[in-house]
This record gives sequence, structure tokens and C-alpha cells, in this order.
Amino acid sequence: MIKARVTVTLKNGVLDPQGKAIEGGLHSLGFEDVASVRQGKVFDMAVDTSDAGQAEKDLAAMCEKLLANTVIENYNVEIIG
Amino acid sequence: MKACVIQFPGSNRDRDMISALHKIGGEKPDLVWHTDTQLPPTDLVVVPGGFSYGDYLRSGAIAARSPIMNEVCKAAENGVRVMGVCNGFQILTEVGLLPGALMRNAGLRFVCKSVMLKVENADTAFTRLYSAGETIPCPVAHHDGNYFADSETLKQIEDNGQVVFRYAEGTNPNGSINDIAGIVNKQGNVLGMMPHPENLIESDHGGENGRLLFESAMEIAEARAA
Repeated sequence: MIKARVTVTLKNGVLDPQGKAIEGGLHSLGFEDVASVRQGKVFDMAVDTSDAGQAEKDLAAMCEKLLANTVIENYNVEIIG
Repeated sequence: MKACVIQFPGSNRDRDMISALHKIGGEKPDLVWHTDTQLPPTDLVVVPGGFSYGDYLRSGAIAARSPIMNEVCKAAENGVRVMGVCNGFQILTEVGLLPGALMRNAGLRFVCKSVMLKVENADTAFTRLYSAGETIPCPVAHHDGNYFADSETLKQIEDNGQVVFRYAEGTNPNGSINDIAGIVNKQGNVLGMMPHPENLIESDHGGENGRLLFESAMEIAEARAA
């Protein structure tokens, strides 16, 4: 079993009103040094194979086809074990 | 002209859409379930509003990968008219029939109100009974209506006249780029829009400004004349 973590984040230049709202919340809590917040998604995946290379390729295909909307989002696949 | 309406788990404007198509077209549209693998013979496929699959992952993302959408894409390629309203618009962008994406409203709030829509292009199968530049009131009800496209795509759709509806100046409810409220694909047979014309077909219920869209798409005048 291959374990992987997929992160999906908004592309640079795409406005992130939710990140902005979180940033404002942190400022309200006194964390005034927070310069910016960009919100994203994390998918912890288990793939039933022993071939890490194949799993990575498949996960990238999953990102392209469903996990990310590549019009507005970037993705990163990290094999963690 | 025969119409059909696609139903997903979580669709909630399907009945309004069925009612509008029935009242204006004179014939009850076929209902198609999301797991179906075949469309009935149809001239107009409508993807209605709602919260398909609870908006999980992204609005419209899961619905766009349901079996029937393969058939909707094939029909669109063959020139059949396809119209997506609200969640339907989100689904049509997610499946790639329309360019761009619909993101969370810039104000982060669900917006439910009437807005003013400018008919930007009255030379499409869906808007030909309106006048270019005409402004009509139309209800919106959405959380993810903030249209976005990268600068290259945006230039293309603007240059091609694919922007069909724009929120009238100063009334953009969601932060949409260039005030875009509705677009068509390059071929002009697929329309997506956030506002709800199906809720604007009777004078007793807010007005009739949405009727012409259905009458255009379903070729009502042509059918009467025939």
C-alpha cells in the first residue's frame, strides 16, 4: 500500500476571499504578523499498489481529472510511504 | 421541440425548470437521472440549479463526472443545445463544455436577490428574441457564482462574443470577472448562466423577462408558424 498526500492550492493571481477572511480572523486574534493566508485542500490517499512510480502517475491523473480544477488550482503529489 | 432535464442528487431547481419548459414549450420535458447512460431524443438538454452532491469537493465537480454527463457532452458536440443554470453552469464548466470556473462569491455570502442583467449578445440561439444592450431583472441565488477565467481565455471569450449576459454596472453580486453572468461556448450551442430565468416566466411571480430565453432556445415562434 502506498500512502500519499495530495495538496491542492489556488493558483497565484486567483483571488482567495476565504483566505482573506481567515487572515482577518488571525489579525483579530492578535497575530498581526500574518502577511497573507491562502487556503487549500489536503487529500490523504492510500493506493493499493507497491509501485510508487505508478501510484504517483495515477495520483497526478486523479488531480487532473477530479481532485483539482486546473483552471484555478495547482496540485502537488507527495509519496509519504 | 423536445427538451429534457437532468436530475442529480441535490438538484433543487429541477422542478422549477420542468415547470418553465412545460408551460412555455407546451410539452412536459423528459427527466433524466444522473446514472442514466443514454439521453432520450432531445433538442434541448437542461442542467438545472441546486447543490448536486452537496457541493462536495467543488460545486458541480462530482456531478460533472456522473455517467449521464458523457452523453450530454456527446450531444453538445453534435450540436444539441445545452443550457446550465446556476449549479448547472458550474457543472458545465467542471465538465469542460464551457471555459473558466465558478468560485466562492467574493463577499463570501450566499446571495439571493434580483439583479439587473444586460443582454450582451442577442445573436445566440438562446438570446435572439432579446435586443442587444437590453437590461432585464433576474433572480440570483448562489454561493459560488464568482466567474473566473485566465486572461488569455477571458480575452478569447470577450473577442468571440461568448459573453451573453453581464450584471449591469454596479450590481455584480459575486465579484465575477468583467461582471460576467452567462456565457456560451464557441459554437454557440451551450449556455451557462448563474441567474434563474426559469423563475421569471409569469407576471404573477416577479415578471416574464425570462420567457424569451426559453422561447428562443425552444424555437416557440417557429413551431407556432409551422
